Amino acid sequence: MTSPLARRVLSGERNAVARAIRLLDDREPAGAEVLRELWSAAAGARVVGVTGPPGAGKSTLVDCLIEAFRARGERVGVAAVDPSSPFTGGAILGDRIRMQRHAADDGVFIRSLATRGHLGGLSASTLDVLAVLAAAGFRTLILETVGVGQDEVEVNRVADSVLLVVAPGAGDAVQTLKAGVMEIAHVFAVNKADQPGADQVARDIEQLLAYREHGPGRADPGAAAGWIPPVVSSVAVEGRGIPELLEALDRHAGWLRSSGEERRRHRERARVAIVEQLRGRLDDALDARLPGRLDEAAARVADGASDPHAEAEALWAELSS
Amino acid sequence: MAETTRKIRVLIAKPGLDGHDVGAKILCRALMDAGMEVIYGGLRQAPAAIARTARDEAVDVLGLSILSGAHLPLCRKVAAELAAVGRADLVWLVGGNIPRRDHAALRELGVKGIFPTGSAFDEVVAFIRAEVRP
Repeated sequence: MTSPLARRVLSGERNAVARAIRLLDDREPAGAEVLRELWSAAAGARVVGVTGPPGAGKSTLVDCLIEAFRARGERVGVAAVDPSSPFTGGAILGDRIRMQRHAADDGVFIRSLATRGHLGGLSASTLDVLAVLAAAGFRTLILETVGVGQDEVEVNRVADSVLLVVAPGAGDAVQTLKAGVMEIAHVFAVNKADQPGADQVARDIEQLLAYREHGPGRADPGAAAGWIPPVVSSVAVEGRGIPELLEALDRHAGWLRSSGEERRRHRERARVAIVEQLRGRLDDALDARLPGRLDEAAARVADGASDPHAEAEALWAELSS
Repeated sequence: MAETTRKIRVLIAKPGLDGHDVGAKILCRALMDAGMEVIYGGLRQAPAAIARTARDEAVDVLGLSILSGAHLPLCRKVAAELAAVGRADLVWLVGGNIPRRDHAALRELGVKGIFPTGSAFDEVVAFIRAEVRP
């Protein structure tokens, strides 16, 4: 081991953890060096993904889950992702405001992340950030995605278990979730269950799930069969339904192990991490070896003089020659 | 690795008991529009919680909004807590009802920028850009 920063992360020094995360989030070359020395220590941590539409109560539920995991003595790391503005690149990261009561707890590490242009509901750095937290001894990890619509399903590749939070009163909450995120959840929380329409939302979800079980194939054909997502009602602001949620998540964790699905998901996660890096390399290679060519190609395509497929083909041929 | 995606990270927080955070929230928005990542820490934060949040979030800048008049005792506590978590290096700003006569004492504690009520948001943005290395 050579890197003093990595050594300090492994010993759980919070300033070092924060700095290592910053390096990785900023894509500084030093970040990759540190991560290399942390990766093996990060293996085996549990990642619970929390996703759902804006305003469903994700952050408040995460706050409750932190408390529940802490009550069992687990050390909890949280990565909370909010969107970056596509115009200014800036962001307001407001998730942790609902979790501030844990700010004084050394057993909790909360980090806010901005998407920085990454699509899919996470930041490009999310997996790396979780690895740093795991290596620092936060072995129960909660990943809160941006408020999602239909297509931000990347959390399914990063988390072991995905908790989808929905609430009544958001119009056709379930209808809009039918495709995409609806299909990746392992546990459903119908939050704000004290509000009118909550029962209907729960029934709608159960109906859709029944259709999926018996209908034309599951969303993820590679996934092991045999897990039927439970639907749990909760009122996060009052802490209601949290023990039931925890129980459902634990049951899913047990099933992941016994079915062999955990191994498959971990490999899938590793695959995503590698491909992510390869994409970065491709950007670098274009910049370094064919400077300006991407812009020229883009101009031709925008003017209708060429098409994206042909330009990609040409650039790829040159890069790989 | 691709070129860095570095952003200026700012924590905006309100220590103490005053409950008016409209100004703080609008400032958050202005900083976001200037391309910064802004963590909003919320109302009635203890100095220790603010310092710990600044450390865990690895921010470059800490901005405190204080309207209660208790800026001197609060900032004394924040200064001690920042030192305790090893983040006395961050760029520390204070805004709100801060009379001129207290500016020197605040600077003594490590406050870099003082923005009394009525300061333009552009001033804050320009100050941060000048103080934080790109």
